[in-house]
Amino acid sequence: MSVEIHTGDFDPWEIVRQAEQAIPANARGAASVFVGRMRDFNEDEDVTGLFLEHYPGMTERELERIVAEAEARWPLLGCHVAHRVGDVRPGDALVLVATWSAHRVAAREACSDILERLKHEAPFWKRETLTDGTQRWVEKNTPST
Amino acid sequence: MTVHVHYFARLREELGRQGDAAELPGDSLTVGELWRHLHQEAPPERLMAAVNQEQASLETPVRDGDEVAYFPPVTGG
Repeated sequence: MSVEIHTGDFDPWEIVRQAEQAIPANARGAASVFVGRMRDFNEDEDVTGLFLEHYPGMTERELERIVAEAEARWPLLGCHVAHRVGDVRPGDALVLVATWSAHRVAAREACSDILERLKHEAPFWKRETLTDGTQRWVEKNTPST
Repeated sequence: MTVHVHYFARLREELGRQGDAAELPGDSLTVGELWRHLHQEAPPERLMAAVNQEQASLETPVRDGDEVAYFPPVTGG
């Protein structure tokens, strides 16, 4: 299990490539990967910048707790979570959740569960900057369905 | 008792500070009572909180030396 907070741009696919090397090749029947990136629009308005605040210490602990609970529920061979903080530009990666298991259902369900719980439980907050320079705090996540 | 209070995101900006070091009478109160003591009003709707970096509710007890955080609903991912 690995949880990372990134203060600068990161390459989620490079993380996935490296993390996969730590998992026994003959056992990893399934990998499920979610990569979330910053859009240049939200709620019908153009967004030019995003600031992501977190609670150093608690954020890492919450992510570790969420991953540990997923590992207790599904037979995972590996799990990697990365999240960006600080000033973000459109196109940058915001979040990576990658899970490995012997079978597809465990990998897919665990990946989805970790992502949804992260969005509702882990202390991160987004502040958007619009084209006219005004800033607004995002009040809620987009629905999961 | 002494309690270390942190504010995050919109709450931090609206209050104009990152936190408070609160000196309080007695040896225990709840997260909700601490907010009333610090701000002289009821906690805002949808307020979230943590005690010693673990999720808490307005009923969670706060004791001497604790770290208490107040923040709006989270929006990560």
